[in-house]
Amino acid sequence: MNALSRFFARLEGPQTIGRGPVFWIGFLIVLAGACSYPMFSDGYTVGNTVYFFTWVFMALGLSLIWGYGGSLSFGQTAFFGIAGYSYGVLTLNFGAAYGFTLAAVVIALVIAALAALLLGYFLFFGRISGVFLGIVTLSVTLVLERFMAQTAGPEWAIGKARLNGFNGMSNMPPLTIPWPGGDIILFPDVQLYYVVLGLLVLVYLGLRILVNSSFGNVLVAIRENPERAEMLGYDIRKYQLGAFVIGAVLAGLSGVLYTSWGQYITPSSMGMTAAALPIVWVAVGGRSDLTATLIGTLVVLSGFQALTIHGAQYALVVMGFLLVLTVLLAPRGIILAAADLLGRLGKSKRGDA
Amino acid sequence: MDAITVAFAALYQFGDAFAFLVLSACGLAVIFGMMGVINLAHGEFIMCGAYVTVSGANAGLPLPLAILLGALVSAAVGALVERLVVRHLYERPLDTIVATWGLSLIATQGTLIVLGSTMGGIGTPLGSFQIGGYSYSVYRLVLFVMAIAVLAGLYALFNWTRFGVMARATIQVPHMAAALGVDTRSVYSLTFALGAGLAGLTGGLYAPTMTLVPTMGTTFIMEAFVTVVVGGADVFLGTAPAAVILAIVKSAMTSWQGQLFGQIGLLLAVIVVIRVLPKGISGFLLRERT
Repeated sequence: MNALSRFFARLEGPQTIGRGPVFWIGFLIVLAGACSYPMFSDGYTVGNTVYFFTWVFMALGLSLIWGYGGSLSFGQTAFFGIAGYSYGVLTLNFGAAYGFTLAAVVIALVIAALAALLLGYFLFFGRISGVFLGIVTLSVTLVLERFMAQTAGPEWAIGKARLNGFNGMSNMPPLTIPWPGGDIILFPDVQLYYVVLGLLVLVYLGLRILVNSSFGNVLVAIRENPERAEMLGYDIRKYQLGAFVIGAVLAGLSGVLYTSWGQYITPSSMGMTAAALPIVWVAVGGRSDLTATLIGTLVVLSGFQALTIHGAQYALVVMGFLLVLTVLLAPRGIILAAADLLGRLGKSKRGDA
Repeated sequence: MDAITVAFAALYQFGDAFAFLVLSACGLAVIFGMMGVINLAHGEFIMCGAYVTVSGANAGLPLPLAILLGALVSAAVGALVERLVVRHLYERPLDTIVATWGLSLIATQGTLIVLGSTMGGIGTPLGSFQIGGYSYSVYRLVLFVMAIAVLAGLYALFNWTRFGVMARATIQVPHMAAALGVDTRSVYSLTFALGAGLAGLTGGLYAPTMTLVPTMGTTFIMEAFVTVVVGGADVFLGTAPAAVILAIVKSAMTSWQGQLFGQIGLLLAVIVVIRVLPKGISGFLLRERT
């Protein structure tokens, strides 16, 4: 019991909203609902839900970098693409036998982390200011997109894997778990749903522990005032780089899951529009809190999906307006603004009584 | 004779790259230098200028007038955007980037919905000339001259006019300028409109050389970013020298390996430069002088 309460204590802290038994009972109810959801639905719909979940990792990573660390990174989709393409190249070359797809996931994430480490070194150790960080990361993403888009010719192949230019790579094997008596192939269906849901819960809880640890507190201190954090003796470059790499790995996880989910990846998943969408999800929900980001991302994504039925261009215009209005009217995000309002109402009621 | 041909080809390539970098970046740099804000809808102002220019030319206006019209319409749209959105965000420069990105999404997709995926262009005017077996477009030389003219015009504007004095005062110490009676709010709006108008001018100038699609802004935006990051906050001490250096990198890489490697070279150059000169070339030069 003692160990359990210590574990819960590490999940809570000043950097996350939601604490105490009420929040965690609510969390368990939502989790139970998410676990039992496939029983009330068909495989196709469940597979579509997985699609939503795959994006949340990237959003949580952006929340860590931007919301907690205050570094504007517009290049999340670059790491998404790097990891997605790496997974494709690896699995197309070596197949899915002996659980290799799982190794491919790990290797793809390591590649994304190394890319982030290299880029982040130049950015953070060059101490460039917030505005420049955003546009340099965005430039990297745009150039990567253009590079991948021109790889149509047969000379652009890594081993057996053709990069296929603008059309992207396809037909890579989905995630496969080796199992006695026949491998489990995770097509977009109930099994993949549970795997991704499990990953999501792990990442969410892990990030909660991270942001409430001393690392997270220093990160928030840097966001509030970099000079002060530095005067207090923290090497802010290392903390920023650390958050950047973790965020890039999470974006890479999204990329890998997306690639194995749909068995394709195209350069446009790194383009200007694709890069804007994570910003919308995270900003609208409330970038400076993990829970708000999680909920906001799922809500905005399902809204986007519903609008896309009427035409993707209209949906993107709505996303643009959503972003502009959020920044103007609720700069901290709609969910956080609502939570603040509820908290104030609750407090004033208790004050009256 | 051969040496002259090669030299001219290299010079022409350099001039072309230089003009592209200066014209792409100047609108962005003017706004950044004044307010420390990056306008992510910069590419869409360029797109706006190009579309207006082509519509004007198709309606029978002579090309120079059509380009001027494109610049003016962009400036007007810029003033409107400043009034509705950017004005409320001056205290929060990072949020301005995000908000202008939202505007960029709206503009790109709105154009796609209203005007369709492409628009009939106009051919490149002025024909071409030949030196040593290679043919060169005269219009590219005009673009180079225009880039120089824009830089000269901005220099004159900021140094020799009343607006320029007020603008420079506002850049240096905004509240002091305000205390001395400068209406800093209107200086900000005018500067934003000026930046948008320069973007529109760029769009108009390049409209005859490219196909008009709603996403054409992204063609310029990467070069614009890179030039502003390398240059830093000052248009004359930053953007112009940055464009010279980057144009050498770009034209060399382009003639060696093609257009894409020109861009990759730019990107690598910028990543190395920010490691060495985080405040850009102008930051470096200004620190040297003081």
